[in-house]
Amino acid sequence: MFDIDKWQEILATIKKNKMRTFLTGFSVAWGIFMLMILLGSGNGLSNGVAKNFMGDAVNAMWIWSGETTIPYQGLKSGRPIRFHNDDYDVLQSLPGVETVSGRYFMGNTRYSYGKESGEYTTVTCHPELNDVDQNVMLEGRYINKVDIQEKRKVVVLGKDIREALFKDKPALGEYVKVNNVPFKVVGVCVEPESTRNRNAFMPVSTAQMIFNGSNRLHNFAITINGKTLEESQEIEENIRNTFSRKLRFDKTDDSALGMYNKLENYIQTMRIFQAIKIFIWIIGVGTLIAGIVGVSNIMLIVVKERTKEIGIRKAIGASPSSVIGLILLESILITTIAGYIGLVLGTGLMELINFMMVQSAGDVGAQQGDTLFLNPTVDFGVAVASTVLLIVAGTIAGYIPAKRAASIKPIVALRDE
Amino acid sequence: MIKLTDIHKSYEMGSNKLHVLKGIDLDIHQGEFVSIMGSSGSGKSTLLNILGILDNYDQGSYHLGGKLISNMTEKKAAQLRNEMVGFVFQSFNLISFKNAMENVALPLYYKGVNRKKRNMIAMEYLDRLGLKPWAEHMPNEMSGGQKQRVAIARALISKPQIILADEPTGALDTSTSYEVMEILREINDAGITVIIVTHEHDIASMTQKIVRLKDGRIDEVILNGELADFRERYSKELQPV
Repeated sequence: MFDIDKWQEILATIKKNKMRTFLTGFSVAWGIFMLMILLGSGNGLSNGVAKNFMGDAVNAMWIWSGETTIPYQGLKSGRPIRFHNDDYDVLQSLPGVETVSGRYFMGNTRYSYGKESGEYTTVTCHPELNDVDQNVMLEGRYINKVDIQEKRKVVVLGKDIREALFKDKPALGEYVKVNNVPFKVVGVCVEPESTRNRNAFMPVSTAQMIFNGSNRLHNFAITINGKTLEESQEIEENIRNTFSRKLRFDKTDDSALGMYNKLENYIQTMRIFQAIKIFIWIIGVGTLIAGIVGVSNIMLIVVKERTKEIGIRKAIGASPSSVIGLILLESILITTIAGYIGLVLGTGLMELINFMMVQSAGDVGAQQGDTLFLNPTVDFGVAVASTVLLIVAGTIAGYIPAKRAASIKPIVALRDE
Repeated sequence: MIKLTDIHKSYEMGSNKLHVLKGIDLDIHQGEFVSIMGSSGSGKSTLLNILGILDNYDQGSYHLGGKLISNMTEKKAAQLRNEMVGFVFQSFNLISFKNAMENVALPLYYKGVNRKKRNMIAMEYLDRLGLKPWAEHMPNEMSGGQKQRVAIARALISKPQIILADEPTGALDTSTSYEVMEILREINDAGITVIIVTHEHDIASMTQKIVRLKDGRIDEVILNGELADFRERYSKELQPV
């Protein structure tokens, strides 16, 4: 099937018609190149935003208490609502709730080690908080269950605190003074979402005991197993109803109990991105159609230009099918190579942009999701499919006029000088 | 060799029907050197196209080498053209992006001869026509006479039984025309039937048989004694200045 002579003939023709080859190739390469850049940018934008969301668990929910604004069961408005440790247990027992972490806020706390000291925020928590926050451990470990049960005096420092207090010295196993109480450093972490890592984490039970918190909790961070928006809203509703009964406030009172459902937010944002993606696809398809029209045009002109050559070839004994085959194989060869070049250049450029973004962001950037643009690359299948589409379009666009030209009597083709 | 019986051919020109050939009967034998003459519109080119299987006819019958040529598939016609007929055109019709050797070799490509071999044969033919030094030149780098010689080499390379030449000297000056005619005569001497279409009497007088067309019919066939007269009549015009 592979006829070396035929290919030699085609290659010779291509070599001798550089301008024609270039024009055909360029329109294909350009179409694919633009498509790759367009789709790549779209993907990059949507990946970037998705990553920012992924910094926290998507199924996270925050619950905090405030003051009532609506009188309820004979109780005045303006009454503060407070969570206690038993609310933690209640929350944990509710259906659809996966993990719960209670938090007790300490505001600014003085941390010191040797001569170094500073004011930082202390987050007191259960180990489950990390299911929500998804902090990345650089050293050591996070707070664990035993810490909670035994009320151990341990602390996990944010990276910035560790650097300020310990400089180059090892921090793990050292004792820092938190408001003059020594705590053992068991871990160092970064928060993927944030550029600042000035929070320290300690077991909530320890904090309540040492810093006079009795059994109070300020808020809860939980993860739920609702997959859809409806499920998660149902769980949210259930939590609100339960607390409304237990803590006695009107369930429509949003300031008594605040809730933030990440999934709801995530789904809405993703819908916007879905729309942007569709928009980008429409433009992409438009670009592709422009490319197809371009290739078709050039093929029409090429065939027109070659009508006389076709006539000559037929006069000296070429069958119509061999003439059509010659023209089509040539165009397929050119569009394939050009399409491939466009593909390589387009994806290459997007990879370069990706590479440079990673470089300029440095190590910190890799861990912190402060980018709006991430991994701006195109799905390989899409890239190949669009190239193939362009090649096929070029072939069809070439086939129709080539067939017509080949069916013209050679004498007619040769007549016009 | 060639036998035409009552050939009719008409062209549709919009709503008009142009009856070009109105019953041609013609016999041409192997090894003849024939010219077809006639004023423009007399149908001489159409006749040549039918002879070269470039065009089909409406009525009558055409036998080439004992084979009836009618309603052939394009593929079969192409194959037959390749085997039987060599064409020489007024405007040379060389492929502009191929050099002389590649142009000459092209018919062999359609015969399935490999590149090396066909280029070698092409060189042989170019050498015979005195064009060996020009083998690598492109058509636009050659004079009209050289181009026509390349075209003749191309027509010859597939060893056809008939050479059909449509105004082969039409685009050439007189001395080059005579060179080309000399070459065609040599080809004819080798036993190949040569049929040329021309409207120049001096060119026609160099052939052995003149078929005169008028209004789509054969007006007269000049040969032998009459041909001698014809030659004398026109050779006077040919006296060098």
